[in-house]
Amino acid sequence: MHGRGSNFDEMFDGAGATRPAYAEYCRWFNEQPPPFLRRKNREADDTFRRTGITFNVYGENEAEERLIPFDMVPRIITAAEWRKLSKGIEQRVRAINSFLYDLYHRQEIVRAGRLPERLLRGNEAWLANMVGFTPPGGIYTHIVGIDLVRTGPDEFYVLEDNARTPSGVSYMLENRETMMGMFPDLFSRIAVESVSNYPRRLARSLAACVPPAFEGGKPTVAVLTPGIYNSAYFEHAFLADQMGAELVEGCDLRVVGGRVQMRTTRGYKPIDVLYRRVDDEFLDPLTFNPDSVLGVPGIMDVYRSGGITIANAPGTGVADDKAIYSFMPEIVEFYTGERPLLPNVETWRCADKDALAYVLDNLAELVVKEVHGSGGYGMLIGPTSSKREIAAFREKLIARPENYIAQPTLALSTCPIYTAAGLAPRHVDLRPFVLVSPEGIDITPGGLTRVALKKGSLVVNSSQGGGTKDTWVLKD
Amino acid sequence: MLARTANSLFWMFRYLERAENTARLLEAALRMALTRDVVTAEAEWRSVIATLGLTRAYEAAHESYDGISVWNFVLRGSTNPGNVRIMFGAVRSNARAARINISSDVWEAVNDNWMRLDKLLARPVGQGAVGEVLSAIRRAGTQVHGAFDGSILRDEGYHFSRAGTYIERADSSARILDMKYFLLLPSLSYVGSSLDTGQWEQVLRSVAGARAYSWLNAGQIEARGIVEFVVLDERFPRSLAFCRSALRGCLAALAFSHGVEGRAAALMREADTRISHLTVDQIFEQGLHEFLVDFLARNAAIARAIAEDYRFHA
Repeated sequence: MHGRGSNFDEMFDGAGATRPAYAEYCRWFNEQPPPFLRRKNREADDTFRRTGITFNVYGENEAEERLIPFDMVPRIITAAEWRKLSKGIEQRVRAINSFLYDLYHRQEIVRAGRLPERLLRGNEAWLANMVGFTPPGGIYTHIVGIDLVRTGPDEFYVLEDNARTPSGVSYMLENRETMMGMFPDLFSRIAVESVSNYPRRLARSLAACVPPAFEGGKPTVAVLTPGIYNSAYFEHAFLADQMGAELVEGCDLRVVGGRVQMRTTRGYKPIDVLYRRVDDEFLDPLTFNPDSVLGVPGIMDVYRSGGITIANAPGTGVADDKAIYSFMPEIVEFYTGERPLLPNVETWRCADKDALAYVLDNLAELVVKEVHGSGGYGMLIGPTSSKREIAAFREKLIARPENYIAQPTLALSTCPIYTAAGLAPRHVDLRPFVLVSPEGIDITPGGLTRVALKKGSLVVNSSQGGGTKDTWVLKD
Repeated sequence: MLARTANSLFWMFRYLERAENTARLLEAALRMALTRDVVTAEAEWRSVIATLGLTRAYEAAHESYDGISVWNFVLRGSTNPGNVRIMFGAVRSNARAARINISSDVWEAVNDNWMRLDKLLARPVGQGAVGEVLSAIRRAGTQVHGAFDGSILRDEGYHFSRAGTYIERADSSARILDMKYFLLLPSLSYVGSSLDTGQWEQVLRSVAGARAYSWLNAGQIEARGIVEFVVLDERFPRSLAFCRSALRGCLAALAFSHGVEGRAAALMREADTRISHLTVDQIFEQGLHEFLVDFLARNAAIARAIAEDYRFHA
């Protein structure tokens, strides 16, 4: 728990001895002259700034672009740990896709009484126009990010499923590039699984889902971005660049002859697969938000008539809101017939009267989150909040209990970061990236480790001052 | 290529060129102001503002023309929406929008220089710093062009970028020449005039051609020779003739790769029939100012036609 000193540290055991996964790294670290490490630490910052790896923070006019701080101490996972994790992730992602198919078709899970119907009816992410439609290849979530936290040697929990448009993969890739550039000798001493072919795997995975209207040849894949002022624009450009795909904005696209086409210098050209980094509600002003200028009028009709593949499919958000999350163990079991390999964090649904009463009594101990929230906004972390903050949150909770879930404050594991005063433990989480295509489920070994840079803080979100680390999965 | 990207590349290089030309103009004025009396210096700064088309905006903010006010207004003036700081911001945001069509080398050259310039221009530029700032702006252009030349695929994106450079450069050289000519006009008898060689040298400095001109003309400064050099000499990379010839090459390459010739190429040919084979004497006969005004209008029409031919706007 927070502040109770019982956190699991991934590098050092309780007696201060280095754990086996970090043994070689620590040997290397101790051999490096301290001035060399200090210089490298400064260099990392410059590298990121120069290459323009930035993100934008909403609501901060002054600093349009900021760097996500990078910590140069890697987060290390053993081959055996990874094997276990990836089995659990694969099972979960398989279940999420089956779940989405079922939700938009016969809803067997509701008929079987395993999921209350109200969770769908009242769900903002539910899209009526997806009902009865099967996306190309039967794939709903082409790209998934599963957020994991660790609490002990063998204890990993799923904190969140990101089935809409998970971001952060460019940091996974750039962090590794930066580490290899700064410390080449480390990688000859320690065998680390490579992550660099993720863009190729993504391109292949997307190209495997062409729509019925595809005319043969090389599929045209494009990344749809809200534009250069979006917080993740760097990532959109980065992925398009690495995949050899076009990077398009809504204003480049138009429906012509039943296809979504992009305006090139030679006229309009049809797109087969659109990797969209625009939320559902902005995707089609004719169907959703009429004020949106980020999307393409009429794209939903083209989609439903087989003219384009949209990745991820519209309406996948219904699988990753936090009220559905609490049913994930049932969902995994229902669709795979297996016990979930990765546990959920215990979750109280405040829509339930009993749960609400418990949550209200224990606000100071719990983490309370909005059902549809993301990015670390709109949440309460009981143990680090003041009495006044808790009281204010209590009002919101009582006013709209169905809008919230609550979880225990987990004793998140720590991993040391580099500071001027030496190594210092900080809380971390992990987001592995999963690609789904008709050819199978493909998990890149590692993922994005986010780290809370403030001592004792549990919030790792980049928008709230978190940083990132390179994540190593060791080879056997 | 996406039409919007082509537009971004075109404007990225127009703004880069504009920033660089503005810096040269200020550098030349600075030198002139240092070596002349107060009255000449004031006229010089006034002509800088006029050349850049900023007279009204400047006079709304300042009552007199002095170096420090002029260069701060041009470089970073808050009531000057086309200041160099904003120009360089536009270079960068266009580069960002076209990020996947430029190499990392080009992007890093743009981004590096933007970070430096944005910081340099965040605060007023004093007498002691202006030289450094202006050379930093010129160096930015040099570095981006260098990275571009060594790393960019020679596809249509290359030609849109180059077209932006030459359209802008021709525009700038023509404006500088026109403004100086206008200032000198009252006292000008063109052949062999040595009335104010300093002013004419100034033209050469503003287009970075002083060294080359001296080399070619054994140091003889005279109006006719300078006009011939800046307008007609195809060897000089900032002359109107050079820019036209380079732009003609871009349009031909685009027509070739697209399989059709656009309206821009037709306008180019039409202009060619009027301008090619002109001698400097004929230009003076028809009037240099009239010639330049016609040139600027045609140059701008070609730029608009490129945007239409290649669908820059929806």
